[in-house]
Amino acid sequence: MAYDFRDIAAFKGVWVFCEQRQGVQQNTNFELISEGRKLADEIGCELAGVLLGSDIADEMAKEVGGYGADKVIVADSPLLKDYTTDAYTKVLCDLVQEYKPEVVLIGASNIGRDLAPRMAARLHTGLTADATHLDIDTTKYVEFLKESSSLDLSKQKFDYEDRNLKMTRPAFGGHLMATIICPRFRPQMSTVRPGVMKKAEFNAEKAAACVVERPAFELTAADIKTEVLEVKKAAEQLVDLIGADVIVALGRGASKDMDTAMKLAQDLADALGGGVVGASRALTDAGLISADRQVGQTGKTVHPKVYVALGISGAIQHTAGMQDSETIIAVNKNETAPIFGIADYGIVGDLFKVVPQLIAEINAAKAAK
Amino acid sequence: MKAIVCVKQVPDTSGKVAVKADGTLDRASMATITNPDDLAALEAALKLKDATGCEVVVVTMGPPPAEGMLRECIARGADRAVLISGREFGGSDTFATSQIIAAGINKIGVAEDDVIFCGRQAIDGDTAQVGPQIAEKLHLPQVSYAADIQKDGNTLLIKRMLEDGYMMVKVQTPCLVTCIKELNEPRYMSVGGIFECYDNEKHPMDVYDYNALKDDPLIEVDTIGLKGSPTNVFKSFTPPQKGAGMMLTGDAPAADLAGILAKKHII
Repeated sequence: MAYDFRDIAAFKGVWVFCEQRQGVQQNTNFELISEGRKLADEIGCELAGVLLGSDIADEMAKEVGGYGADKVIVADSPLLKDYTTDAYTKVLCDLVQEYKPEVVLIGASNIGRDLAPRMAARLHTGLTADATHLDIDTTKYVEFLKESSSLDLSKQKFDYEDRNLKMTRPAFGGHLMATIICPRFRPQMSTVRPGVMKKAEFNAEKAAACVVERPAFELTAADIKTEVLEVKKAAEQLVDLIGADVIVALGRGASKDMDTAMKLAQDLADALGGGVVGASRALTDAGLISADRQVGQTGKTVHPKVYVALGISGAIQHTAGMQDSETIIAVNKNETAPIFGIADYGIVGDLFKVVPQLIAEINAAKAAK
Repeated sequence: MKAIVCVKQVPDTSGKVAVKADGTLDRASMATITNPDDLAALEAALKLKDATGCEVVVVTMGPPPAEGMLRECIARGADRAVLISGREFGGSDTFATSQIIAAGINKIGVAEDDVIFCGRQAIDGDTAQVGPQIAEKLHLPQVSYAADIQKDGNTLLIKRMLEDGYMMVKVQTPCLVTCIKELNEPRYMSVGGIFECYDNEKHPMDVYDYNALKDDPLIEVDTIGLKGSPTNVFKSFTPPQKGAGMMLTGDAPAADLAGILAKKHII
């Protein structure tokens, strides 16, 4: 049957594009698979991971089964070793046209954000960027709005039979949230912000049971108009903000003495059980700290167990990336700083004075236990 | 040879952002700026002009006041501008917008040695989608996240940034490149440029409206504008105000906090 992007009933199943770099699955894949499982259960359909690369072993592909995928579709070719827009778009669009999934999720990495718009344009469907929350079930969506919006829901009407994917994302630097739908065309596509969706516990039995499909596909060198000459990893070890349990972040208040502030922040993170130093955009824009440490709408979204904001005023640009942390502690000289509005505990004072005291008191409290 | 640069006028979200009671943005009360990544795209095109003498054409889709931004681009060194503007285009999502801009670029004409530059993303939507989608509509190769561009004849060698490093990518013209801020330092408007930027003979400003583009094969007139766009805004809202936490205002706040953290088993 011919492919018709308007024939909504013909599309079934949830897909997650699984990105690999140098033959290693990216962590975001497992976050998206875990979220995709939830959506597939709400729809009552199958969840598949889709993995493109070269020399992909079944064992590596089946890893996504451990996070909830029923199957993994593998396209294997030397031409798919490194990501190219042309090759990946062609193979994925051809597979979508063959299998007709109703939802396609793609991690919003630098690669996913290159691939997804190109695919959506070719498949003639809509695409939501950087979703941070997804729902099929309207009852669950309304629950989400109750918790996460300032809307007066008593004045809102909802169609509880609605089965469109509701894709919620921040806009205008996090000042607004928008829920996007794609009601007329399929598949419903979204890129999903890394670090936002919670990864499920890995289940080795489910991974072993995951079905690997290797469908035939067409791809020749002539399809690819760009040539990747080399792929270079950054020389410096990048900071893993997303995986950290404790983040101590520095803001403009640290800029007068960065060396001391960095040491204090790391010592405080260590006292709190071990963690990493993050930063607000004020410091990364000024070149005082490397961009991989930036938390916020244009940086990383994090939800550690403990987030300490030192000398950070708390512009929405920043808080959009950390407000879901379990415990938030803020130290700022300015008692009217907006960061105190979202902090669980606040101390008004100079970070260079408060933090050494705090480290000493925490170490004393731990010793007393 | 020419360089076509896609630019967008955006509300300045780095300052105060005004939100109306219904959860939509109060654009009228906010300053507008040229999208920062687009200035990097313009600078990349102007560098090409410095090196080769090529023509630089700036293109935007937006309401009539966006002309002011295009004039500023001319004052920075662009040769001419195209304003794509029409009521029918309003409310377009990225899919619809890219069709319209691709049709506009098609009307300008893309030659074998042309390069199209876009910013990576605009600060109002942060989607990074329109550049790649224009490339798809025009059947051109794309390289996004460009942090360095070297040109040798019709071959471009581009440093394409990844989160954990970069790729070196080779591509032939015609192609589309999306630029990040790290690519360059945008030049200022020159005094001569400001003086000349409203001179329509030296620097023509074409306006393409709906009628100018509706018959272009790249446009499907039923998938543009607010109604035709594949995606719709289902709800928009502001996040709730979180209840204020506990301020530690005693004589020894650090000790008090350490005590609380111990009691809550955080340490």
